[in-house]
Amino acid sequence: MATEQPDRRTWQRPTAFYNHYVKWAVYAVIAVFLLWSAWNMRISPARMAAGWDSAVGLITGMFPPEFTPFKTDLLIEGLTESIAMSIIATIVGVIISIPVAFMAAENIAPRPVYVLGRGIITVSRAFHELIIAIIAVKAVGIGALAGVIALSYKTIGFFAKLLAEEIEDIDAGQKEAVEATGANQTETMLFGVVPQVMPRVVGLTIYRWDINIRHSTIVGIVGAGGIGSTLLSSFDQYDYDFFLTIILAIIAIVMIGEFISTYVRGRIQ
Amino acid sequence: MLSVTDLQKTYPSGDEALKGVSLDVTGNETVAVIGPSGAGKSTFIRCINRLTEPTGGTVELDGLEITGLSGKELRNARRDMGMIFQEYNLIERLTVMENVLSGRLGYVSTWNAFRRKFDGDDIERAYEVLERVGLEGHENNRADELSGGQRQRVGIARAILQRPKILLVDEPTSSLDPETSRAVMDLLVEIADEDDIPVLINIHEVDLAEEYSDQIVGLRDGEKVFEGTPEDLDETARGQIYRGEEIPDESAVKSPSDDGSSASDSATQEGAMRRG
Amino acid sequence: MTDYRTWERRTPRQRMVRYLFGLITLVAAAISWRLLQINYGYVGTAPTEFMDLINRMYPPNVAYTGQIISPMIETIHIAILGTALAVLMAIPVALLGAENTTPNRLGFVIGKFIISASRSVNVIIWALVFVIVFGSGALAGTLAIAVRSVGFCSKLIAEAIEEIDPGQVEAVKATGANSIEAAIYGIAPQVKPAFIGVSTYRWDINVRASTIIGFVGAGGIGVELNTSINFFAWQQVLTILLAILGIVIFSEVTSAYLRRKAR
Repeated sequence: MATEQPDRRTWQRPTAFYNHYVKWAVYAVIAVFLLWSAWNMRISPARMAAGWDSAVGLITGMFPPEFTPFKTDLLIEGLTESIAMSIIATIVGVIISIPVAFMAAENIAPRPVYVLGRGIITVSRAFHELIIAIIAVKAVGIGALAGVIALSYKTIGFFAKLLAEEIEDIDAGQKEAVEATGANQTETMLFGVVPQVMPRVVGLTIYRWDINIRHSTIVGIVGAGGIGSTLLSSFDQYDYDFFLTIILAIIAIVMIGEFISTYVRGRIQ
Repeated sequence: MLSVTDLQKTYPSGDEALKGVSLDVTGNETVAVIGPSGAGKSTFIRCINRLTEPTGGTVELDGLEITGLSGKELRNARRDMGMIFQEYNLIERLTVMENVLSGRLGYVSTWNAFRRKFDGDDIERAYEVLERVGLEGHENNRADELSGGQRQRVGIARAILQRPKILLVDEPTSSLDPETSRAVMDLLVEIADEDDIPVLINIHEVDLAEEYSDQIVGLRDGEKVFEGTPEDLDETARGQIYRGEEIPDESAVKSPSDDGSSASDSATQEGAMRRG
Repeated sequence: MTDYRTWERRTPRQRMVRYLFGLITLVAAAISWRLLQINYGYVGTAPTEFMDLINRMYPPNVAYTGQIISPMIETIHIAILGTALAVLMAIPVALLGAENTTPNRLGFVIGKFIISASRSVNVIIWALVFVIVFGSGALAGTLAIAVRSVGFCSKLIAEAIEEIDPGQVEAVKATGANSIEAAIYGIAPQVKPAFIGVSTYRWDINVRASTIIGFVGAGGIGVELNTSINFFAWQQVLTILLAILGIVIFSEVTSAYLRRKAR
């Protein structure tokens, strides 16, 4: 090597960006954006101080949680309605999802049907359950029906998507073997596809039920039934004792649902 | 000079991995520790820089007792002991250069370490060391892009950059094929020789130990059952180390230092009696 | 004795369990349906009601687009700032809540408690709480998103920390590095892909969440959507829904891209 070597070499960490200037530019842009975001929040010392006062007020107002018989009845009524909504919505949602899932499985559905199935899933997944709920409330009125519609609708996107992926992952050999015996389309599905995805259907149903319990506790905030409406009215009435009680009850219900779901899914495996 | 006296390690499970092993490494000699799997070789080497905490005995490096240190003092002591691992233990997602420079972490401030800001001399030396291990031009490769042999070379470079007083080497070749193993061993011995530092090496393959070391120590069941030069490692000694055979009449342990021999003698006989 | 063999797929016991399972589901469904006291008339008219709504929504109010730009930007601000705050807070919580980095038992319990407390309350409920504290506006929304996301991010990052290769940390420690340096060199590079993955994934979720916290006054496009719905301005509603759809798809694509890049 004839090239002259500098006395001391330097080393700079290679960057994932184009070069180091680009890297710093990107960081600067991110920092400016975050500052802009923070500035938009209009945070001021006065507001923080007021916030501190109302936080103290909220916490002292919350304790102790309230358990008078009247309120307890309201609470139980709201919770049972939430759970009932979650059960109905899961059943309805799953029944609708299964054909959608078969439509959206690339390996068994013809191309146009596949696109349609995927489209249904995408539209269902795009909007938050509360947006669906608030529209449903306007369509069918305040109450549990709107909640059931919103939760069922959200169930389709979740359940059909995961089930379709499961169907796409099946062992094609098993399906071909059934076809090779001369079975027709329906028989092929029943013997070649369904046995492979059945355990997953049960597991996913229970998993989705768990998620629906969570959602059923909040759709009431926009009037779609369940404990959420009780929560919102306690909030509107500055009844913070009861507000805390309801939140604790929701946490308890969600945890019980999660426990049952985990246990049952564990047993099915 | 590294001096290990009566080193013991009992794991919380009750397994006695080391039952009082003593050993000296002096000058720039290469000492190989051999023995069957589970003999305590790895535990022994890891107890020296206290990656594994020994439960008894002492380790002294140049008169400094390592076993009593804690915190900052222990970290400073570790700077003087370069370690090379069986599974390389490179930071897989960082570049070769960062891996090599990490050998200087004991010397830089945490803030500079965070910014990857190392001393200019260290960087220059890192380039030189990479050339010595035959990895010039690879400094900006990520460690997980390298082959096994190349990774172990990075491991050697990292240890060398510490400017250690001793190299602790834990099974450097057991993840490598025979040919690469030899290349790595050649490099290791050559570098230790050039830098005039002693090497304590744990090794599975007896032929490599015989070829590359000045002294061989045999461990079995956490006890030293052999100590001597490669020439002393005859069939009897091998039988003792690997099959736990009884020692014939006169002691096969030939130790260069007096205090070492008595300790190992008694340890050997105890072990023999227990097995018998 | 018959001279032919019979075959049935399941043993009687298996069948019993299956029937029982089915029965429980049926009974639960029946009870739930009765409890909800749903008016069958409404169920019947629901499809026509929805069709009617859709008819009234179309065509979207294009002129309204100008008015939703600023709330849409606010929505994105809320999602990004909320996620950034959450990720910052998640680092110490994850270190506490990972078995191999937690300093002691108490720290571990605190870490786990923060994770599960944050996760078990829905973002809209957090939004209610912060609206009480800071009044309505984007600040409440940002904090709600941040607090809700801390648990999620910490949990996943803690799992990633628990799965690291301890050898790399050990090797760094063996050079004489202190424990912060060992974390920077030994842990951080190993956790980095998971960290980027978790934050972009959570950002994606938070974009959706930030579109609805406006229902309780916590800022963003939800405020506008709520108002439009309450005024039955359905063409505006469709405009907003399309804008939300656009931004949700954008965030999904972006976060998928970033996660691919960060391997």
